[in-house]
Formats: sequence, C-alpha cells, structure tokens
Amino acid sequence: MAYRWTNDLTAADVTPKSMMMNRRQIMAGAVGLGAIGFSATQAAAQGTLKPNSLEDITTYNNYYEFGTGKDDPAKNAHKLVTSPWSIKVDGLVNNPGEYSVADLIDGLDVEERIYRFRCVEAWAMVVPWNGVELADVLKKAGVQANGKYVAFETVVQEENMVGVQRRVLDFPYVEGLRMDEAMHPLTLLATGIYGEPLANQSGAPIRVVVPWKYGYKSIKSIVRITVTDREPPTSWNKANAREYGFYSNVNPTVDHPRWSQATHREIGGGLFAKRQPTLMFNGYEDEVARLYAGMDLTVDS
Amino acid sequence: MTVANTINGALRKIPAWPIYWIVAAWTGWKFYLAATGKGGGPEPINWLEREYGEFGLKLLIAGLLITPVRTWTGINLIKFRRAIGVTTCFLILAHFLVWAVLDVQAFERVWMEVVKRKYVTVGMAAFVLMIPLAITSNNRSMRKMGPLVWRKLHKLTYPVAVLAGIHYLWLVKGFQIEPIVYMAVILGLLAVRLKWAWAKIV
Repeated sequence: MAYRWTNDLTAADVTPKSMMMNRRQIMAGAVGLGAIGFSATQAAAQGTLKPNSLEDITTYNNYYEFGTGKDDPAKNAHKLVTSPWSIKVDGLVNNPGEYSVADLIDGLDVEERIYRFRCVEAWAMVVPWNGVELADVLKKAGVQANGKYVAFETVVQEENMVGVQRRVLDFPYVEGLRMDEAMHPLTLLATGIYGEPLANQSGAPIRVVVPWKYGYKSIKSIVRITVTDREPPTSWNKANAREYGFYSNVNPTVDHPRWSQATHREIGGGLFAKRQPTLMFNGYEDEVARLYAGMDLTVDS
Repeated sequence: MTVANTINGALRKIPAWPIYWIVAAWTGWKFYLAATGKGGGPEPINWLEREYGEFGLKLLIAGLLITPVRTWTGINLIKFRRAIGVTTCFLILAHFLVWAVLDVQAFERVWMEVVKRKYVTVGMAAFVLMIPLAITSNNRSMRKMGPLVWRKLHKLTYPVAVLAGIHYLWLVKGFQIEPIVYMAVILGLLAVRLKWAWAKIV
C-alpha cells in the first residue's frame, strides 16, 4: 500500500505552491482542520501562525548526523537512504514487529498541523506538518499497562552520515517521552511538510513532533519505537546532562546555562529582526501544563 | 641566493596597506549579503556573527605565525603584522557589535550575558585585551613607549589567542572538531615561543 499522504493529501489540498514558497503569506484560509481531540482554542491559535517558507524550513536545520552547520543537512542529507524503510516497534506492546511507514500509519488520518518549532539554540520557526497522532499509532501497537515511557531511535547509516563518522554525538540518536506526553493529541508522527513528503534533512520518512518541547526532542528519521517502564536515555542528556534534561519543555524562565531562553530569533526575519518573547511551553501552555502539575520544572527541566 | 631571499625580495615590493582595505571590503560585503538576504541563509544574524568571529580568529593565528615562519623558513612577513593585528581587532569589534546590537539587542542584556555566560566572558575579555594593542599600534606609540615596553604590552596577544580559542570551544554543542583544531594550533604556536624562551634561559 502506498503512503497515505500520497493517496489522500497533496500540496493542492493544503496550500497552493505559490503560497507555500512565499513565507509571509497567511495560511489561515488554507488550514486543514478537523483534528480529533483538537480544541477550538488550538485551532484558532493554529490559524494565526504564519508558516515559514519551505526553503527556510529545509535549509536551516539541526541534524547532526549530517554535520553541525545549519546548512549542512540540506547539503548532505540527500545521501540518506529512505527506501526501503522499516520501523521496529518493540518493548511493552501487544503487537511488536517491523513495520513500513505505510503499515505504521495505516487507517489513520494524516492531518495538517501548523506548529511553532522552538530550538534550544533560541531560534524558532513555524512548520505546517502533515502527520498522524502518535497516540493513534501507539494504540494500534497496543501499549501494555506497565508501559510508562516511549523511546525512539534515529537511523544510522554511517557511510552516508558525516556527523556519525566524526562522532559528534553518541549515535544512534535516541529520544524519549513519558507516556502521557506521547499520548497527547499535540504529539505527532510527521511524514510531510506543506503536503509534500518530508525532505531528508527534515527527518524523512517519519519523525516525531512535540511542539511544546525544544526541537531536539522531536527526533528525526525514526527506525525504532520502544515502549518501556523506565525513563529512557536521551542523546543530548547523555552528551551534557547539565544543559539538557529529559523533559526539555520550552520554558522562558529557565535559561540554558550558556544562553537565555527568555527570547528567540524568528527564522526568516532577516538581519534586523527583533527578538521575540518565548512563550511557556512554546505557546501550548493551555494544552499541556496539566501534564506537569506538581512538578518543579526548574528542577525537572 | 636562497629561496627565502628571493621571496623576501618580492615581498618588499608588496605594500601592507591593501590588507586594511581588503578586510574592510570583506566585512562590508558580508554585511551586505546578510542585510539583503543574498547570503547567510534564513537566519543571517548568527551567520554574520560567526563569519566575523571565525575570520578574526584566523587573522589572530596568522599574526602568531609570522615569527615562527621567519625562524623556520627565513621568510619575513613582519611588515604585514601590524595590518593583520589591527584588522583582527576591527573584525572582533564587528563580531561584538553584531552580537550586541543585532542579536542580543539590549544593553542591559549584553552586560548580563557578559557576566553570566562563561563563553561570553572569555570572549569579551579577549576583545578588551585587544583594544590597548590596537590603540598602540601606531609608530608614535611605539616610539613613545620604547621597544621593550611596547613589545611587553603586545605579548597580550598570547592570552588573547588562548581566550579566543576557549570562547569558541565553549560555544559549540556536542563534539565538534573545528574549535579543537583552532585551539591546538594556538597552543602549538604558543608552545613554540615557550620553547624559545626556555632555550634562552638555559
């Protein structure tokens, strides 16, 4: 079976190509809503966000497997082999196995979600993702009662990945979410942007998107989803625990040790763009704050 | 006549002043690219900051290379050293201004960053130490101070280079090779001088 987005959703359904190339066009009229469990306030907020151009989104990336420069992934990620692709689903699930992307999202609605994307490096953009809710995929996998966390792993193709060769991080890149975070309706498994398949540098063929957390939590090009009963290791936390916590929620009141998180630069604003205030949970406070009730987010950051 | 002598002969005909113009033009050109969106990608502020900083670091190393090159090869580039030093300071000033004015965008926050963030503190220290060197780079200052005092003051270049190397090392995320290479070159060039100083004592 072909991927659902090629069958059901083309660029024409979402955004005219001319508009998509034009960064500052307002997308409000073109937003494909109809999300399950998606509140009216979210929908309204989504409608006012102006997505960055596809060029911005695909030329300014962090994908350390392909180099540490912001333009390195765009230059090097063509080497990523995305077909065939299989995702191993294992751990505390009733239906473990190796799945193709099509199998993994079979029967689910691919929706457009326009989300803010906030990098820990204090820059931000707006991305019109196409994807399914991770919760629906996890329900299909059949999470067992003692499953408390979900761990993810990025592909390693060492011969194609200059960053892996240079040991920039301890690869494979791994990330994780607490079960309630993974099950939250905002959390996506994305397969496209602007109605087109994900560019390799954007994490093709399938990636996680968690819009209220710093970008590195939204792990790219996943080959493994593991349900576990304990907090899984995460790559940046392993590299520097003092700077990168497990939760990594966007939080303007907790600085990165080396820079302030109170404000950020918006990608595409040009050389004289004014810094913008960063919002708690990246603007998704109404939707996700309850997940962290009773937690001290300055400690569990 | 040795190769070095031939090269030195040719070098005598090349003036040092174009260095100032080339670096100034390069700085302006990069600014133009960033301001018009013709270069630097979707986020030109950070790009420009890094371009200026990295070129400054390269020039700093070029300045440190001049004496060892003369010792090892006999090629004498000393007449270019002042221009290299002054343009280094100019580039770091541009680096600082892009960071303070276009990136951080508020004076209180600039000061807060300098105090709070170690990598900014060392970078700022390197810049501040460069200023007296740039100010005393003219012939009048050299005469006024006398060669001994002048040379002593200009040994500040060594801590400047080390601080600049640390600034870059502390700035990056993950294990990145470039700042390590820069630091290794800087430390290597300083170690050579230590060796010479030691040889003089013994």
